Amino acid sequence: MGIEILGLPLMYYIAMVAKVLVAFVFVLLTVAYATYAERKIIGHMQVRLGPMRTGWHGLLQPIADGVKLFFKEEIVPAQASKFAFLIAPLIALIPAFITFAVIPFGGVIEVAGYKVPLQIAAYYDTAAGQVYDVNVGVLYILAMSSLGVYGIVLAGWASNSKYSLMGGLRASAQMISYELAAGLCIIAVFMLSGTLSLTKIVELQSGMGGFDWYLFKQPLAAFMFFICSLAEINRTPFDLPEAETELVSGFCTEYSSMKYAMFFMAEYANMVTVSAITVTLFLGGWNGPFTAAMPLLGPVYFIAKVYFLIFVCMWIRATLPRYRYDQLMYLGWKVFIPLALVNIVVTGIIGYFL
Amino acid sequence: MNPITPIINGMKITLKHMFMKPVTLQYPDERPKVAERFRGLHALKVSHSKAKCVACYLCPTVCPAKCITVEAGEDANHDKYATVYEIDMLRCIFCGYCVEACPVDALKMTGEFELANYSRQDFIYSKERLLEKQ
Repeated sequence: MGIEILGLPLMYYIAMVAKVLVAFVFVLLTVAYATYAERKIIGHMQVRLGPMRTGWHGLLQPIADGVKLFFKEEIVPAQASKFAFLIAPLIALIPAFITFAVIPFGGVIEVAGYKVPLQIAAYYDTAAGQVYDVNVGVLYILAMSSLGVYGIVLAGWASNSKYSLMGGLRASAQMISYELAAGLCIIAVFMLSGTLSLTKIVELQSGMGGFDWYLFKQPLAAFMFFICSLAEINRTPFDLPEAETELVSGFCTEYSSMKYAMFFMAEYANMVTVSAITVTLFLGGWNGPFTAAMPLLGPVYFIAKVYFLIFVCMWIRATLPRYRYDQLMYLGWKVFIPLALVNIVVTGIIGYFL
Repeated sequence: MNPITPIINGMKITLKHMFMKPVTLQYPDERPKVAERFRGLHALKVSHSKAKCVACYLCPTVCPAKCITVEAGEDANHDKYATVYEIDMLRCIFCGYCVEACPVDALKMTGEFELANYSRQDFIYSKERLLEKQ
């Protein structure tokens, strides 16, 4: 039956590549339209209209923005460290996207007789009859989200400008502090699930018509994880690295054209990623009613949940002013980390007696 | 006071505002309704198909911005009239004193507010441009 590579038919590889492409293009489009959605939602929350004039109700705005940025002049400051300056946007952007490799966005679907799990880094073993994915998926996510900091710190350092440097410093301090608290929140989830594989974590949340979600078992961890994630990706109210009142534009002050667009995309891609991780860990991933009968409903539920969380991010942005730097550090070290530790201890005690 | 309640209250307010009707006016498509007494572009009132102005020089006298130029002349009926009546819209502050000062009610202010132009010369409105549109 046709050409075989490593014991698997060609069609299987085509299906896998198609899955990766569809997922990637979908994430890219979501990132592009997240900018539009943000402007629209914040606009309406301020009783304005938001973009209206590019296409019907401004629907072509992200494309217009992209084209504009693409044709802008590339400026590299004379005193900048060239190589680091050029590579920093890529280092910020790539981790934001590759995190998606381990996030399951649906169950197993059948394409042309082959079972394809809807998760990029996973395959369905027909002999064993189960899905194999990266069994340390969450560690991979944590590693990638830490890598994102390098892009921002490098950008701040390489620009050779005081505002950029301050922005980069703030970003590194903030991301490292909040990563601890976010990591501790995830530990509470591991204590319940007993596995680091995201597919398993989603499976464990499938029962009881939605009441098996870790949101209900770990409400404190869920809220803290979401807020820490906001801080980690520099969203408002924790967007100190680009606090324009003090730092012009923070680490991306000296960037222009597509390099600036890459930072912008990285910010929104991070937001999508963080929402997807929160959905996977706490909101039952792609689980929902009737997914067993219709596997294609899985991605629909997943997307709906992710979009809801993205909406919450924008909602928070429209509501809250920026934290002061000392308040931010206080919140991270003196509130979230102790709370997360207490949460782990309580989870441990309850888990021991149940 | 606990720090969570104000955040939740704020979120409620923003959510409520999201469902309000936006106040935005889609300007070139939608026109604002200017107030009846809005002080926009001047117009010289017309009576019996000629301007009512008698060139009494009260408006250039009262004008705080000194933007009105009037030159008087005599017409066929030996009546005084303005041969030149110019307002420099770059200097005008739209205070409306000229309208108040006019003894013959020859001047008014319209709701016209789009006064952009391409050259400085175009901002000096001559008598022909100021005449009331019928």
